[in-house]
Amino acid sequence: MSASKKSFQLVAWLSVLVVLLAFVACGSGTVSLQGAGASFPSPLYQKWLSEYGKLHPNVKIDYQSIGSGGGIKQLKEQTVDFGASDAPMKDEDLKSAPGEVLHIPTVLGAVVITYNLQGISQPLRFSPETLADIFLGKIKKWNDPKIAADNPGVTLPTRDITVVHRSDSSGTSAVFTDYLSKVSAEWKEKVGAGTSPNWPTGIGGKGNEGVTGQVKNTPNTIGYIELAYAVQNKLPVAQVKNANGNFVTPSIDAVTAAASASAANTPEDLRVSITNAAGAGVYPISSYTYILVYKNQKDAAKGKALVDFLWWGIHDGESHAKELQYAPLPADIVKRAEGKISSVTAGGTPLR
Amino acid sequence: MSAVTENFAHPSSWRRVLSPTGNTGDAVFRVLMFLVALFMVAIVVAMVWALAADSMPSIRQFGFGFLKSQHWDPIHGEFGALPFIYGTVASSLIALLISVPFSLGIAIFLVEQAPHYIARPIGFLVELLAAIPSVVYGLWGIFVLAPFLRQYVEPALAKWFGWLPLFRGSITGIGLLTGGIILAIMVTPIISAVVRDVLAAVPGSQREAALALGATKWEMIRVVLVNGAPGIAGAVILGLGRALGETMAVTMVIGNRPEISLSLFEPSYTIASAIANEFTEATGDLYLSALVELGLILFLVTFVVNGIARILVWNVTRKTGGVGRAA
Repeated sequence: MSASKKSFQLVAWLSVLVVLLAFVACGSGTVSLQGAGASFPSPLYQKWLSEYGKLHPNVKIDYQSIGSGGGIKQLKEQTVDFGASDAPMKDEDLKSAPGEVLHIPTVLGAVVITYNLQGISQPLRFSPETLADIFLGKIKKWNDPKIAADNPGVTLPTRDITVVHRSDSSGTSAVFTDYLSKVSAEWKEKVGAGTSPNWPTGIGGKGNEGVTGQVKNTPNTIGYIELAYAVQNKLPVAQVKNANGNFVTPSIDAVTAAASASAANTPEDLRVSITNAAGAGVYPISSYTYILVYKNQKDAAKGKALVDFLWWGIHDGESHAKELQYAPLPADIVKRAEGKISSVTAGGTPLR
Repeated sequence: MSAVTENFAHPSSWRRVLSPTGNTGDAVFRVLMFLVALFMVAIVVAMVWALAADSMPSIRQFGFGFLKSQHWDPIHGEFGALPFIYGTVASSLIALLISVPFSLGIAIFLVEQAPHYIARPIGFLVELLAAIPSVVYGLWGIFVLAPFLRQYVEPALAKWFGWLPLFRGSITGIGLLTGGIILAIMVTPIISAVVRDVLAAVPGSQREAALALGATKWEMIRVVLVNGAPGIAGAVILGLGRALGETMAVTMVIGNRPEISLSLFEPSYTIASAIANEFTEATGDLYLSALVELGLILFLVTFVVNGIARILVWNVTRKTGGVGRAA
């Protein structure tokens, strides 16, 4: 009897202690921020959170990689402090949001073309029209004259092409179809650009790993995946002809070049598609990824922590981009992102 | 009538209704169990209600066209569920066609033929198969099953049975057939484990009677199977339920293409896979609503298929029972 009484007392004291500790923790100015959205930049954001957490132990930030669509939805419902999306928000989404939303570009990524074709040693080359025709199902054989014209000196097999695309809706598909819509009028009219288009041909794989699995295991396939994924898994990647007519191998520098080259015609709100950008060394299937925040923050302490984190991200955070195979922002875009971050206010007073 | 109401008005008679033995503990237990059972019903009703409510925008927009349309194009806001319904039902049927003979064979061997020292470990392995996560089946499907089908099975099928439209088309190893086979492998342990228990529960006296009347072992097994028919049917329905709702493994090998094709080699798509694939990035109320309506349809498909299966079973068991009695 007395033993159980003692243990009861112990439990009671312990719970009091826990509650007290929780209060103390709150009192010492710990700020916690919630973010959710795109899965593409998630490895980088996780790295940022752990590095930033070391520098600022009193700021606790969580990021859930639930997909761009979910990030925008949760931001609009104000269940998170910041959202993240690969594609910029659409005008109607911005209008229906309860406050003005700012787009802060963080890094850039690229979509690369990978394939499984035996007996080919050098990287294949594709012009935009050929790519569109392959994914439209109009080019059916690997030795089609259009593919041969892009690849002089390469002996292409007489095999049927099997297209592999993403089956889950994804920012990667959105960037790729955005590119195809720009370079092919037929694609734009028949399929269009979006996270889960109605693919005219091919089989679907779930995620980058699903597409990679299908391509690796099925001969004579062609598919598209993120640059980072292709580099980490040492997959064959094709060169793509850019708007200037050069065949460019996808690389981090070629992606940053795409952002630099299109900086002049990037609109004020930084919502821009940089696929098929003009410029000599530009890789044409590149895109920004964004963190989305409300211009007017409700909670000054939280807003201040968020603004500081973003500022750190586009400056010090960029140094972690290359090791994780993301392309850092070019200097002029960092300047313009600074302006956006500085414009965030809480109750009319600037937070930075 | 009035006497009944009077009785119910009286607290002690309430208690008598709840517990015929007149024990308070029994009454409490009875109410508790009733509430637990009711809770189950409430969950089902709540789920259907929530699915129906969230799919209202899509139902209003497309009506019955949603069930008939073969076009699924989120970019242009056009949604049709027919390819998904076809893929779900077709892949599950293929799975059962392959799995049921295998499962019956395994169960008969384990119960009627195998010596104890073999039956135990094999039975254990079969149950272990049921515990493997479906994503592991999916990976195995991509890396082992699909290449195997592409290299050996599908070319052979196309060569010998190519005159059937079922076995024409491009051979990639990814498609409806592969999805059906992976499902078959996944439901076999479930069906065979339940059938084994059913057969083991058939009284030994039945077997002895059959053998005593001069039946061969095969004839004796037929008697056991007829006796266990309702239980076997239950096992098949259980397997069917798993096959209809399976998501991960199927999506990894079925090709994920919302298209109805006669060929088993062509890619297809199931309802569960479509929801899992598209939900995360679905933007726009109509798109989300269409996906929720797909969920509602999966619910209904499961209901209808289960219902049909039960009616079939009921007919079959009634007939065989009659034949047995007449003989």
